[in-house]
Amino acid sequence: MSFSLPDFTQLSLEISACTESDVQRALTSAHPDHHDLAALLSPAALPHLPQMAGRSRDLTLLRFGRTTQLYAPIYVSNYCTNRCAYCGFSADNQIPRRKLTLDEAEAEADILHQRGFQHILLVSGEAPAAVDTDYLEALALRLRGKFAAVSIEVQPLEQGDYRRLFLAGITAVAVYQETYNREIYNEVHLAGRKCDYDYRLATPERAAAAGMREIGVGALFGLADWRAEALALGLHLAWLRKHFWSTNLTVSFPRLRPAAGEFEPRVLVSQRDLSQMIFGLRIFDPDVGLIVSTREEAEYRDQILGLGPTRYSAGSCTAPGGYADPEPAGEQFSVGDHRSLAEVSEAIRAKGFDPVCKDWDPEFQLAQ
Amino acid sequence: MLTIGGKTFKSRLFLGTGKFSSAAVMKEAIEASGSEMITVALRRVDLNNPLDDIMAALDRENHTFLPNTSGARNATEAIRLAHLARAASGTSWLKLEVTPDPRTLLPDPVETLKATEQLVRDGFIVLPYMNADPILALRLQDAGAAAVMPLGAPIGTNQGILTAFQVAIIIDQARVPVVVDAGIGTPSQAAQAMEMGADAVLVNTAIAIAGNPVAMARAFAQAVEAGRTAFESGLGRKSSEASASSPTTGTLDPDLGFLDS
Repeated sequence: MSFSLPDFTQLSLEISACTESDVQRALTSAHPDHHDLAALLSPAALPHLPQMAGRSRDLTLLRFGRTTQLYAPIYVSNYCTNRCAYCGFSADNQIPRRKLTLDEAEAEADILHQRGFQHILLVSGEAPAAVDTDYLEALALRLRGKFAAVSIEVQPLEQGDYRRLFLAGITAVAVYQETYNREIYNEVHLAGRKCDYDYRLATPERAAAAGMREIGVGALFGLADWRAEALALGLHLAWLRKHFWSTNLTVSFPRLRPAAGEFEPRVLVSQRDLSQMIFGLRIFDPDVGLIVSTREEAEYRDQILGLGPTRYSAGSCTAPGGYADPEPAGEQFSVGDHRSLAEVSEAIRAKGFDPVCKDWDPEFQLAQ
Repeated sequence: MLTIGGKTFKSRLFLGTGKFSSAAVMKEAIEASGSEMITVALRRVDLNNPLDDIMAALDRENHTFLPNTSGARNATEAIRLAHLARAASGTSWLKLEVTPDPRTLLPDPVETLKATEQLVRDGFIVLPYMNADPILALRLQDAGAAAVMPLGAPIGTNQGILTAFQVAIIIDQARVPVVVDAGIGTPSQAAQAMEMGADAVLVNTAIAIAGNPVAMARAFAQAVEAGRTAFESGLGRKSSEASASSPTTGTLDPDLGFLDS
């Protein structure tokens, strides 16, 4: 039992074959299927983007109400054993490397806690010698009493590791395939364990099988045909829903940002493209959490609010120790929205939405 | 083709054998229906008697014999009955029915789940009759049920798919075949279930008590086939609204002028 994807080129072809009538059909479908998603992602849907936005807005409102969840990442280490062409943490980039001690990581968390965050995401480069299950478990046990929810975005782990972390208080796992296109995946992942496409693809199911409450999937947009990438994400979501029906699912849409290493995106993905994906996936799966991080600029985040996304990061720093030290070095990428939690919250309120900092409780997991 | 428990079926119409005026009429109706899956209430037959009229009327070469535990009030009774049936008939197929309320004959979800867990462990191919509860369907599937059999309406009511909203969720979520069982009173209702994407339907009362059960069996076969073909062909969708591109009422579509291109 493992997710497998149709050939990526086939997905691109399926999308480009979609016509106006496929789009009409998708927009009126009570229960859109994967072909409807293909239509909504196709160039033929472009004239219908406002209708898609309207439908996406209505579905989001119905399911999530006038709320937006807020979280912040804590980068605990930027050591990495992978060489990935697009990433600032890539092993051959000459950047200052740092791994936070448990005390330092807890100090970062304390700062976020004081700022009002209740949901945090622990992020690291992929270097098991620096950040392994023991480290994450110890950190989770320190943080679980302070925060409503603690998630991780680290190297793929085994199911048993995920189970240990779940019992230590980790609520959710985010692991992005980066690209579902196998050839391009192999081209941009030059060395390291991340070269194993299939192991990474099966990571969400290992984490879900371990009992994690929420799994985040995503792709790094700018590597391959974004339309097919979003269709692949939809197929992955649908498969996970079928097989792990009690697991909450989220999708992220990171667009490539300027990073150390001077990687030029292979494909340009505009805000219009990003919005089409958000609307399409919302219509395809009304229940999925859609995350728009501080990679995106403030103005876009303010405008797209309420039209599909359900969760924002805020006040993020992508370098280890960046909250305690305001001038950190060694960031993963530079952010597009530099506002504080208070400022982002104010902007959310100005749109008539409630910025929600606490939407989980550690007691759920202590009961395990 | 439909596959359940490793076996494939050309016909998506399953038949029950109760309420017929005679075993001979039942046999003729089964033949007219083209059905390959026939369920028999264990309490109605004597599996140890080779001359039992219902068992004698079944062609076990061409039909999968699906004994059911109709009458069981709890898991313990259903499990005991299942083991006796397997010992006497040699089949591991079982339609699990646990119906403690003799008035409505509605299935007990707790006892049905308990019995499914045990019978799957005991090596049975279990098809549980259940209320149209999507979470129960998922729990039964996780417990190893080979198919799930949500009801359209209570047994023998001929009311049709009153549970359509719930059945649609079950069909959407299931990894195992979904067989709509009970309540189907007319061929059009059978076709409706098939158009919704059900993998099969089980019909008994509507055929058994028809003026001409044999002709009615044929009508159900045609309806099931038509409904399935319609589902596979991709039904045109109902639209609740006219698709004007510039709506004049209701909520306006958002202005996307802020986007770069």
